[in-house]
Amino acid sequence: MELVDRYAPVTDDPEAFRAACARPLPTTVRVNGLKTTPAAATDALAAAGVAATPTAWSPSVLRLDTDTAGGTLPYYLGWIHGQEEVSCLPAHVLDPRPGETVIDLAAAPGGKATQLADLMDDTGTVIANDVNLGRLSALRHNSERLGVTNLVVTHQDGRHLSLKPLGPERPVDRVLVDAPCSCEGTLRKSPHIVADWDPKGHRGLQPVQTALLGRAVELTRPGGVVVYATCTFAPEENEAVVDAVLASHPCSLEPVALPAGLEAAPGLQRYGTMRFDASLRETVRIYPHQNDTGGFYLARLRVDG
Amino acid sequence: MTQNDGGRFDRVAPDASAQTDPDRPHRAAICAWWADRFGIAPETWAGYSFWEKGNGKLWVFAGEATDPTPVEALGMRFMRVRQEHWKPSTNAVQRFGDRATRNVIRLSDAETRRFIAGESVDRPGWEGDWGYLIAATAVAGREVPLGVGLYLRGELRSTVPRGRQRRL
Repeated sequence: MELVDRYAPVTDDPEAFRAACARPLPTTVRVNGLKTTPAAATDALAAAGVAATPTAWSPSVLRLDTDTAGGTLPYYLGWIHGQEEVSCLPAHVLDPRPGETVIDLAAAPGGKATQLADLMDDTGTVIANDVNLGRLSALRHNSERLGVTNLVVTHQDGRHLSLKPLGPERPVDRVLVDAPCSCEGTLRKSPHIVADWDPKGHRGLQPVQTALLGRAVELTRPGGVVVYATCTFAPEENEAVVDAVLASHPCSLEPVALPAGLEAAPGLQRYGTMRFDASLRETVRIYPHQNDTGGFYLARLRVDG
Repeated sequence: MTQNDGGRFDRVAPDASAQTDPDRPHRAAICAWWADRFGIAPETWAGYSFWEKGNGKLWVFAGEATDPTPVEALGMRFMRVRQEHWKPSTNAVQRFGDRATRNVIRLSDAETRRFIAGESVDRPGWEGDWGYLIAATAVAGREVPLGVGLYLRGELRSTVPRGRQRRL
């Protein structure tokens, strides 16, 4: 079975899903509010010969008519950061507030962590952790280019993250788990995802994803929020992971409130022989044909008091 | 003798009386340097803590941390000290340099392209200070700091790090 064949029947419009998966992905950038405004970034891109159009749901996420914006003055200045449209969603769903303490448990190369800093107006603390040292250097480079000063970079296995090195315990308000995954939803920009697809590829990932999400819940203060996100379609890496952590940790699901202008499908109740808790329908799946983006999955959990 | 450990973050002392390492400048001196060199008000740094990790590399962090922390990064590298002429970083100047009121050199579009590519810019007519200057240019109708140039004998040498250079 091919990747697209596995998921087309799950969607509301299998033919549209297949057609979208075969098209190249639009190029998008996020405007960095710590250094500029969407209007100034759009002007600077135009001066560099790049046409930018805001997405339906955010003036800060721009679609470009080129995939070479990395060579422009606004990129050099840290006014924009290349970030896929759906990859801009987890930070919005986590909804951090200025002054809070927020963790990004698998943060490299830093698009979402720097976006969290932007949404917090560079106040409070963003702890950006990753287990991969090579990818951490990309995170540091991106964070400095974007002018972020409230970011602490840690190099630990997120499944066992300890905040001890940061001094006396501080309550953690929110945690983002943008989990390592099979990346099936990136098939429009990475054709090898289809060519090299392994139908059993999720088996090695699921235990890591479950442990990361469980640790995120443990790290968060009662009443705090955890967002789980992947860029894959596989229910084994999405609903099954959230379902397992709901059963083992003191937390519950909240509806994912997507910005107006975005279409999404509810999380699955069943897939094959798997059955999930009824509340999993509060999570969302985003398919490529719905908003002309990559594929994505999002869940928002509230840690019980 | 220096007591700096390049592998860990150490807090910058608030003033001379609290210094434990005589070669690590204290906070008051750092704030005074930015004010003296670029006219950036000391109040700019209220709410930020200063740290050293690596020989002479100072970091600026929004907020507080408690102990010397074995983390990979704490905010942003913002200047280089422990040398005769202190040097601000490209990223710090891009973030805070729009507050500067002196030692800012304005570049044309053509000069901007050279500067960002890491090349020197001829400026025989510059009548301001020599040494490290903030290079700026007009973008989207406002003056925007690009980075740091070293002005010597009619020439502005770009100090944009190799990994940040771009050919526009």
